Amino acid sequence: MTLHRVLGLGVATLLLCGTAASAKTLVYCAEGSPENFTPALNTTGTSFDAARPALDRLIEFKPGTTDIRPGLAESWDIAPDGKTITFHLRKGVKFGATKGFKPTRDFNADDVLFSFGRQYDPANPYNKIGGGKYDYYNDMDLPKLLTSIEKKDDYTVVFHLSEPNVTILADMAMDFAAIQSKEFADAMLKAGTPEQFDQVPVGTGPFIFSSYQKDAVIRFKANPNYWNGRPPMDELVFAITPDPTARYSKLKTNECQIIPYPRPADLPEMQKDPELTVQSQPGLNIGYYSFNATKPPFDKKEVRQALSMAIDRGAIVKDVYLGAGQQAKNLIPPTMWAYNDAVKDYPFDPAKAKEMLAAAGVKTPLDVDLWYMPVQRPYNPDSKRIGEMMQADLAKVGVNAHLVSYEWGEYRKRLSAGEDTTAQYGWTGDNGDPDNFFFLLSCPDGKPAQNNATKWCDATFDADLVKARQIADQAERKKIYDEMQVIQHDNAPMLTLAHSVVFMPMRKTVTGYTMSPLGTHEFDHVDVK
Amino acid sequence: MIRFFAKRLLLTIPTFIALIFLVFVAIRLVPGDPVEVRVGEHGIDPARLAMLRHQLGLDLPLWRQFLDYLWQLAHGDFGRSLSTSNPVLGEFLTLFPATLELSVAAMTLAVVIGIPIGVVAAVKRGSVFDQGLMGLSVAGYSMPIFWWGLLLIMLVAERWGLAPVSGRLDFIRFDYDTPTGFMLIDSLLSGEDGAFLDALHHLMLPAIVLGTVPLAVIARMTRSSMLEVLSEDYVRTARAKGLSPFRVVGLHALRNALIPVVTVIGLSIGVLLAGAVLTETIFSWPGIGKWLIDAISRRDYPSLQGGIILISALVILVNLAVDLVYGIINPRILHGR
Repeated sequence: MTLHRVLGLGVATLLLCGTAASAKTLVYCAEGSPENFTPALNTTGTSFDAARPALDRLIEFKPGTTDIRPGLAESWDIAPDGKTITFHLRKGVKFGATKGFKPTRDFNADDVLFSFGRQYDPANPYNKIGGGKYDYYNDMDLPKLLTSIEKKDDYTVVFHLSEPNVTILADMAMDFAAIQSKEFADAMLKAGTPEQFDQVPVGTGPFIFSSYQKDAVIRFKANPNYWNGRPPMDELVFAITPDPTARYSKLKTNECQIIPYPRPADLPEMQKDPELTVQSQPGLNIGYYSFNATKPPFDKKEVRQALSMAIDRGAIVKDVYLGAGQQAKNLIPPTMWAYNDAVKDYPFDPAKAKEMLAAAGVKTPLDVDLWYMPVQRPYNPDSKRIGEMMQADLAKVGVNAHLVSYEWGEYRKRLSAGEDTTAQYGWTGDNGDPDNFFFLLSCPDGKPAQNNATKWCDATFDADLVKARQIADQAERKKIYDEMQVIQHDNAPMLTLAHSVVFMPMRKTVTGYTMSPLGTHEFDHVDVK
Repeated sequence: MIRFFAKRLLLTIPTFIALIFLVFVAIRLVPGDPVEVRVGEHGIDPARLAMLRHQLGLDLPLWRQFLDYLWQLAHGDFGRSLSTSNPVLGEFLTLFPATLELSVAAMTLAVVIGIPIGVVAAVKRGSVFDQGLMGLSVAGYSMPIFWWGLLLIMLVAERWGLAPVSGRLDFIRFDYDTPTGFMLIDSLLSGEDGAFLDALHHLMLPAIVLGTVPLAVIARMTRSSMLEVLSEDYVRTARAKGLSPFRVVGLHALRNALIPVVTVIGLSIGVLLAGAVLTETIFSWPGIGKWLIDAISRRDYPSLQGGIILISALVILVNLAVDLVYGIINPRILHGR
């Protein structure tokens, strides 16, 4: 017996002596620490994931989809004018008790009023706590859209809108709309420690928060009274492990059972490992190559179409995404309900592209700037490399592309101001509503919106966008979105490159895990054999 | 003697202010705006951007920001983190014990192994043993920490299962309060069976990785200093007197040979803390290093400034202490020059 075997045996015995605990524990090796536990204040998926086990929202996303279903609101009615939404709240829902706080009452309308009031009402005592920045509330345009929230009775809350807009229902399923305990907030205020409120998520979720050590561990216990059924695991542990290689190692040694964000280079080995399963799904995102439609020759749609055919996206997906990407033909990913599969993708056809450029009167060689992003994003793992590949393809049709980049903040600012001619960019969806993607091409009052990198403006497209927001019927909305995808394809304001594919490696013993197209990680139904 | 101490102390103050200034300016020279980083692709309307900047005081001229910052510091206020809104000093103090524990363990390892290796190599100068050890120390010195850490994880933790991959404790087995932040102490205080061994077990690999470079430096330094001392007259005299080799080497030579080694240990503190950044990242060790890396990517100015200043202050103080100790050991320094 070799020395290391002897040592190994000793250590194994040591470990076995200690693992007498009978509670069922799921360890998730999270990629980072949360900023705090109040989603309304946060912007990162890491922070949302950390608070999510303990908190519920009025509306939830059905696991594995971007469809919505009732959450803390059992049902809702939309008034005929579309400007009033009445939520009927679930009764008998308990808050979890944590160290130093025992709830005395069930969830009710006051908690809803408090959780939103904090974000819009300067008079709310928590409005300024924790920096007072409510980015998602603002980004979803709620300051303009939501005029007031009214409590009819303990279990009825009415949202008044400035104009009809059904996308607000998907917004209510987002993390920033999580419902936290008003009673806990009051208690912390009374104790003179309101900051503590954001460090402990007290909600009605499937798990109850028990402790957090910064950069090390977050612990949850199952909520025995959960309204939607107690989760199968007794304990949920987030072991914070920022390094992807370390995460993979811990998965192999069963120190954790499930990990997010594997390194693409590790995937082939993971997929071969008989003890692991790797789930995958197209991410709710789009990487694209935008043409500035206000600058010649890109004001001609034939030129944009020609360039769309000049670039070999298949090669890009293969070489740069390393299999973790799917070539895109629409702005929205195929996991969304409004996806129009009938749209016919542009083929890679340099000869045709050259012809079209000549027909459009473009003199070659044509010099253009090709902006590449200085950062890695979920939808674009290596913008510079993609830029180089595009450059080579474009050169073959007589287009000299000059690679340009700026510091990230600067890049976005200049892009938004329309200083580019062509640029790589992208988007990660927030709430699974198609509007959250199509608004990228909007032009209110005929002027391209700030987020509209292409600066392309189409009256029909924009009118459709506004119309779709006001229709509650999903089938009706889909018809409109189908049409918008056709318009977008024909006008080619941007070449849609790829949706990244997201991977979720886990031990074979893990059951019941469903990947969310929204990129959130949820463990309500997970069990370990 | 007092004059020497006072002079050294006074010199520390301008060093410190220069440091604060450098850190302050350097961070702002790096492109990127904390507010923009926060917002991402979603964009933000310019009015709100301006408002956020104003709230954070980032719209003031640089000199005003610097003076405000000095004023804050003078009151012991390191500001609040831009990403978590918690006081920077509080966050630093929560995480620092982890870094300190790791650094002390690494240094202990380096000293306990490095000095004997150096002594043996010097005594057996030129032997295969000496050449082998010194070859290894060069390897240790030039080993990239990142690679070394990953190698150990793959072999020791994954393949042989002799150590945990990362973290400070087995969270499934243990759940107790950590009042001091030092896992070795807290595990003893918790009274839970096996907790101390588990904490030690978790500390093993990161301490080896972090201790490797100082170990190599200390071993080499001990060896060369020892060689010098061994050729001195008083050692020859001691040998001639017929003292046992152990007494000659252990008592006469080693004590004198250790003086430069103490300096090296002092200087290594800075190297150690720099190495801790990488080591902590590889082993998910919740210390200052990891925290600083996050602060950089989020352009979290207050955390970054506060963290660098506090760590640098520590390095400056340790060096001051080493100078003072050195002065006491070797009085020539106090009077000469």
